[in-house]
Amino acid sequence: MNSSQAAAAAARGNRGSATVQPLPVRPVPERQGDPPRWLAALFRPIGWRHAIVAACVLAYPFFATPFFTFQIGAQSLALGLIALSLTFLGGYGGMVSLAQMTVAGFAAYLLAIFGTSSNAAISLGWPWWLALVFALTLATVFAAAIGWLSVRTEGIYTIMITLAVGVAFFYLAQQNYTLFNGFQGFSKLAAPTVFGVDFGQPMAFYFLVLACAAAGYFFVKHLIHSPFGVALQGIRDNPRRMASLGFNVTAHRVGAYAVTGFLAAVGGVLMVWYNGRISPGTVGTGAMINILIIAVLGGMRHPIGAFIGAVVFVLLQNFAIDLVDRERFNLVIGGVFLAIVLFSPDGLLGLWQKLRARLSRLPSNKVTQPRPRPHSSTKSRSET
Amino acid sequence: MSKYGKVFARSLIGAAATFAVVAMVGQAQAQETLKIGLLASLEGPFAAPGQDGMRGADLALKQHNGMAGGKKIEFIKVSSDATPDKAVNSTRKAVEQDKVQIMIGPLSGDEGIAVKNYAKTQPNVTFINGSSGAQAATLTDPAPNFYRFNTEGAQWMVGLGEHALGKGYKKVYLIAEDYGFPYSQVQGFMASYCAKGGKVLDKAWVPLGTKDYASVIAKIPKDIDALVVVLGGSDAVNFLTQYEQAGGDKPMVGGSITVDQTVLNFKGKRRESLLGTASAGPMADSIDTAEWKKFVADYKANFKDGFPSPSLFAYLYYINTKAALDALDAVKGDLSGGQKAYRDALQKTNFKGPAGDVKIDGNRNGVGTTYITEVAKAADGSFYNKVVKSVPNISQTLGLPEAEFKKMGLGTRDVPDCRK
Repeated sequence: MNSSQAAAAAARGNRGSATVQPLPVRPVPERQGDPPRWLAALFRPIGWRHAIVAACVLAYPFFATPFFTFQIGAQSLALGLIALSLTFLGGYGGMVSLAQMTVAGFAAYLLAIFGTSSNAAISLGWPWWLALVFALTLATVFAAAIGWLSVRTEGIYTIMITLAVGVAFFYLAQQNYTLFNGFQGFSKLAAPTVFGVDFGQPMAFYFLVLACAAAGYFFVKHLIHSPFGVALQGIRDNPRRMASLGFNVTAHRVGAYAVTGFLAAVGGVLMVWYNGRISPGTVGTGAMINILIIAVLGGMRHPIGAFIGAVVFVLLQNFAIDLVDRERFNLVIGGVFLAIVLFSPDGLLGLWQKLRARLSRLPSNKVTQPRPRPHSSTKSRSET
Repeated sequence: MSKYGKVFARSLIGAAATFAVVAMVGQAQAQETLKIGLLASLEGPFAAPGQDGMRGADLALKQHNGMAGGKKIEFIKVSSDATPDKAVNSTRKAVEQDKVQIMIGPLSGDEGIAVKNYAKTQPNVTFINGSSGAQAATLTDPAPNFYRFNTEGAQWMVGLGEHALGKGYKKVYLIAEDYGFPYSQVQGFMASYCAKGGKVLDKAWVPLGTKDYASVIAKIPKDIDALVVVLGGSDAVNFLTQYEQAGGDKPMVGGSITVDQTVLNFKGKRRESLLGTASAGPMADSIDTAEWKKFVADYKANFKDGFPSPSLFAYLYYINTKAALDALDAVKGDLSGGQKAYRDALQKTNFKGPAGDVKIDGNRNGVGTTYITEVAKAADGSFYNKVVKSVPNISQTLGLPEAEFKKMGLGTRDVPDCRK
């Protein structure tokens, strides 16, 4: 590990764009500052590019068929939100957890248990908003507990212990009948109707998921620049130095698990409303690894990677079968994943960076300096 | 900053152009044919059965020369991994994206219930089952546009209870996998078995894919006459091997997918004890009718890479697809008016399938024949399932009056119950 980078690393929340000033590192890692500054920080990450993308995603359901709105659009965003939690945890916290889908599934199960479902014997029948609050809160606590368990480990051991937690939860859900209703799980978990708007309809559901995904995205972008996020990145790069500077390393890491657990829980609730049901298969090993695939596919350098990865993943899952022989379509999915990871270790975002560097050089025949890449030194990260 | 603007705009234009080209190619491919969606599990634990199901559907279309109702039929094949979520996603893709008007599938029970629920949101599309056999798909809250021409898990076991009593099995112990399909199978067996005085002393529900049966075997009572084993594939072989090693010697009664080729090729010391093992199902390899022999011959001629004999799934997909195509012929391909004429034709379906008559009841569920089989030894020393009895016209209420069946309820872990 290159220790000379570590001092700078702590202050490196800056993504390098011209308007952003590096935040001074404050010894007390609290998130709230004085209100005007807090507000400014909130709006700072919103640029004109966001406006164009926002216009596109807002107009999208008016041009797309219900199928594209619901199955491609909404599903991608919901999966992207769960993958976003992993992107933050892995990319900015240096902790790759396979249990993000487990947290999402835990929230989904709690929603079914507290709310209404096909299984009246188990479901408590609370109003949906109360069930939602309890589901999200308990899932966040659950994620923090997973964090407590796994912060003592690093790298591949974190993956192993979170995998163990995930698989244990899968078998618990499959074999417990008093609480999780075993193999069959719960069905008839429709999205609620609020103020006359039925969120089960494709377009309403799309906007609901879009709102959650956008909120999650900007929340993470904000968090990266906040003292908590900056300290977390410092811990990622050199935990020992951060500890000697007076930061509570364990608390920051567990905090990161809790925050990402909340994001994953929101994604899990959206997924259960999307599917209308939850059963152990939803939290199985395959689903857990899919989240990692999405995050790696998109690239873990920037929060948007999670959503790009999710869109590509969902498109491949749906349309690979149209490209080749029916029995061999998984080969296409695997091949594309392999190609992306092989040619661009930073996922699709890495490809985008290369492309942008090329494009910006072409028109004016003069060599311009590519924008500094965010977090350009990864060698000191506890890479897994 | 403006440079990034240009770069961004350029990439957007590039993306839009790519999208437009893809969309145009998609348009050009659309032809004047009738599209039928076909869903089976081509991934996950049921990949091999799913492939054979597709063979069954292909065979039905081939016998129609690829045409039905005067139109060329094109299958839009989609896949699931045997999870309900994936089944609904794939069905939604075929219906909403590929615009199929008739949808055939899925393969397994819980998928069937999920697809039935989705069918309610698409009243203008007709859904026909593939091979799923969950009772609830047509008994509880049925969808008016979901048809199932095959019989289901509980119907497949009707008659086996009496047969077991006839063999002198008065007290049995039951081992079954812990999910919807075995619940149905167990109910089909117990409904008549309990009514005629048989006792099921206890039930051991094991998770799907259990490898170690030591704790189950240890709990088997000494004073039973036989074991009822409703396990599938490798689970059945694992149980059988371990039961033999533990010194077990009770005869066995099997479920519809228990005594298949993997079990018949069992090489243990007590191989001979398999002889006489009774089971039941909607078909059997050794049905001695001209229709069945023709079906097997057609299957073998068309699919060199297929199984030695069509599997249960090939048979079920075959009869469902054939019913769908025959009804199209009957209405001359007319799917107008919310497919009303087509659905009337489906309701009137009544043809002689490879293993008995194919027709449906008021809930659009199959009423058909069940075959009771026993393991027998062929002339060359190999084991096969010999048909000992066929029970025709089994309804979904298992031959009971509807009120009486409703009182019993659908099969679960605890229903029915006859310990004492």
